[in-house]
Amino acid sequence: MNGIKIVVLAKQVPDTRNVGPDAMKADGTVNRSVLPAIFNPEDLNALEQALRIKERYEGVTVTLLTMGPVRAAEIIREGLYRGADDGVLLTDRAFAGSDTLATSYALALAVHRLAPDLVIGGRQAIDGDTAQVGPQVAEKLGWPQVTYAEEMHFEGEKLIIRRRLERGVETVSAPLPLVVTVNGTAPACRYRNARLVMKYKYARTDTELQAESSDYIAAGRSSVRITEWGVDAIGADPEQLGLSGSPTKVKEIENVILQAKESKRLTSSNADVESLVRELLENHTIG
Amino acid sequence: MANFYTDNKDLRFHLKHPAMEKIVRLKEMDYREREKYDYAPHDFEDAMDNYDRVLEIIGAICAEVIAPNAEDVDHEGPTVADGHVTYARGTRENHEALTRAGVIGMNFPRQYDGLNFPMVPYVMAAELVSRADAGFANIWGLQDCGETILEFATDEIRQEFLPRFNKGATAAMDLTEPDAGSDLQAVQLKAHYDESGGTWLLNGVKRFITNGDAEISLVLARSEEGTSDGRGLSLFVYDRADGGVIVRRIENKMGIKGSPTCELVFRNAPAKLVGERRMGLIKYVMSLMNGARLGVGAQSVGIAQAAYEEARKYASERKQFGKTIDQFPAVYEMLTLMRVRLEAMRSLLYETARYVDTYKAWSFIAAERPLTKEEREDLKNNTRLADIYTPMVKLISSEWCNRIAYDAVQIHGGAGFIKDFPVERLYRDARITSIYEGTSQLQVVAAIRGVTTGGYLAQIREYEKKELRPELDHLKKELVSLAGDYEMRVAQVVSAGNNELTDFHARRLVEMAANIVMGYLLLHDAQRDAGYTSSAELFISFAVSENRVRSEYIGSFEEKALGLYKVS
Ligand SMILES: Cc1cc2nc3c(=O)[nH]c(=O)nc-3n(C[C@H](O)[C@H](O)[C@H](O)COP(=O)(O)OP(=O)(O)OC[C@H]3O[C@@H](n4cnc5c(N)ncnc54)[C@H](O)[C@@H]3O)c2cc1C
Repeated sequence: MNGIKIVVLAKQVPDTRNVGPDAMKADGTVNRSVLPAIFNPEDLNALEQALRIKERYEGVTVTLLTMGPVRAAEIIREGLYRGADDGVLLTDRAFAGSDTLATSYALALAVHRLAPDLVIGGRQAIDGDTAQVGPQVAEKLGWPQVTYAEEMHFEGEKLIIRRRLERGVETVSAPLPLVVTVNGTAPACRYRNARLVMKYKYARTDTELQAESSDYIAAGRSSVRITEWGVDAIGADPEQLGLSGSPTKVKEIENVILQAKESKRLTSSNADVESLVRELLENHTIG
Repeated sequence: MANFYTDNKDLRFHLKHPAMEKIVRLKEMDYREREKYDYAPHDFEDAMDNYDRVLEIIGAICAEVIAPNAEDVDHEGPTVADGHVTYARGTRENHEALTRAGVIGMNFPRQYDGLNFPMVPYVMAAELVSRADAGFANIWGLQDCGETILEFATDEIRQEFLPRFNKGATAAMDLTEPDAGSDLQAVQLKAHYDESGGTWLLNGVKRFITNGDAEISLVLARSEEGTSDGRGLSLFVYDRADGGVIVRRIENKMGIKGSPTCELVFRNAPAKLVGERRMGLIKYVMSLMNGARLGVGAQSVGIAQAAYEEARKYASERKQFGKTIDQFPAVYEMLTLMRVRLEAMRSLLYETARYVDTYKAWSFIAAERPLTKEEREDLKNNTRLADIYTPMVKLISSEWCNRIAYDAVQIHGGAGFIKDFPVERLYRDARITSIYEGTSQLQVVAAIRGVTTGGYLAQIREYEKKELRPELDHLKKELVSLAGDYEMRVAQVVSAGNNELTDFHARRLVEMAANIVMGYLLLHDAQRDAGYTSSAELFISFAVSENRVRSEYIGSFEEKALGLYKVS
């Protein structure tokens, strides 16, 4: 639909896909400092969906919204490199330690201030795997939500969404405003665009600018400013944020050490592949 | 995340060559566009950072999209129906990813929606794409046609065609005909000016045209009735949207199967004249081919890199007689020589690209203001060097690419002959590099001038002057002695005053010069980064023995022996 405003929810996460031996701390929490910080993979799928809508319809804008420490501004730059129009970094000490409830409270307030027609997020983040934030944002906004999306387009005023479910595909339609969460099976996000990278590589938040010693920035290179919002900007109640706003308490963490791996060697012969497929079907690993 | 740019440290090393400071300053004309375009660099560091970031995008696309598609593209290939070509699915996907990344038309000026990058990063991109899929590298590389439009066409034509590249338009260069291959002076395709329509019309047949169904084609045609040589030929630009050309068939080839090689029929196809009449072959096509030859140089380095990696991996995994095969001298010698050749040809490739960059940048500046005497000298010198280095790099890297692919298959043993391993495709893809854009024999014809006029020797003497660390001295001595030997053999051949004898020894002499040049380039690499010292050492000892064979052959060759070789 022409002229709509989209907000993409994106999170900077530790890359838990290639974990080394020191990826976990002794207390069982993720050691964020040793893992590279990346754009949460399914949020990239979400961004791609937003960019496709922007390409397909006129006057659509895409704003990235991320909550995190100052360095999460990198997520906004990554979004700009791929075609987002702008971005907002929600950052404040008061947000630290937020669980999904507190996070979605803050995000919902920020979305409210941005007043978009459509919010698109990834299904879940690889550091928590809860898949709760998108749906909770929808609840707090009082908007309908569609999860597991894979493809979407407008028919008139309605968004038609294909959902990837465990045993098949479902197509639904929904009115705006709406929150959609996107599955990892959706098309991969496009690569960075050369011109946009050159244009936005010096985009900075105010806090980053103050911390930066680079001459470039001093020379006024940072022509693009990334918006930074704290607690006040979204009018949040500090009690509902951070640790105090997070009812989730980690009771116990168990280290699961896999004792033995059951492994089987297969060749690429047709016979081997066929017997594997049959076995997987029989024990319902697939199908 | 796999990335063909960041996984090979040699690339950043060549990108960051000290000569880049000057090249970038000239190319960016003192960074004057920084206020006009929000993506133009502010200074040297900023520009280099841009090249690095953009090559990283291309490296990712190569590793994650193009390389994984290569096998399917090789099997599926393009198809032709109703006179037009449809690419294989993977080819379309590759092209779309690069188009979206906004990297096509990389070295065109910003006013034509280019990125205004120098040749060095552009050639590097071609190397990366070639490593991923040599056939697709042609479709990527034909953006060179835009460079010819930029240099020689009117501003109106530039405005019409150049901005289309960045949006994904592809191009073709239509030179070869059934009876005009190496000898392009024999081109027959007819161009006549149609007064009533106010346009040139093309009629005739072209053969072996890569990507012949492109949106934009540069066509060499005979515009002057009654002529029969190169001076009757002009260059035209044809827009597929205007119609008039059909693809009669596409060739069934040994390699680079994803790249459609077309036979084209022109029937009153309207076209626009590029530059002046009669200058088509002697000026514009020469320039076009020089660009394309550098492209084939990059393609060769890319294929060789891919083949080397396959061989290295296989040799470290395959066990025979109780150990991995890379532990046998016969195998590790092959592997190491593959790597050293690869490094040498890559150094030659980027050295050439820097000469091209420098002379092109000066020519653009010269279009705006008169050059000073020193600047003119620098322009002339770099033009001359680009002219003699281009056929050298095309010759050496395409031949060595074939050699490396051959050895890579050998290291795979029987598995190398089986289609399950990528090395089989690389071997087939490699074969074209020493044939198109002028065969190796024709590169020698072009390069021999650098031998007989002393061009290579003069540059070798320049290299000699460079101060090196003392521990590299013994290597330099070897090269100085090779240069002396080369000089003597050139004098011997030339002084005989027999052109046929010169032609007979031409390739040997060009190869001798090339070995010395590459020896120096590796030595300079070692000077800049001690990590390259062992490569320099290995290469120079290899060059000594290679040159000795040639030198002795020439030395003991009697002119009358030519007769023994003649075929009646
Ligand atoms: C896959 C493919 C893609 C191609 N793409 C294009 C394209 O996009 N555009 C285009 O215009 N053309 C293209 N060509 C054509 C290509 O450039 C020619 O095939 C090539 O230049 C050689 O010409 P020829 O095939 O007529 O061989 P010939 O000229 O007949 O040569 C045959 C042999 O004779 C040797 N020979 C000829 N003359 C001399 C001489 N003077 N001295 C020494 N040896 C000599 C050659 O080295 C060669 O070994 C392509 C060809 C192929 C196979």
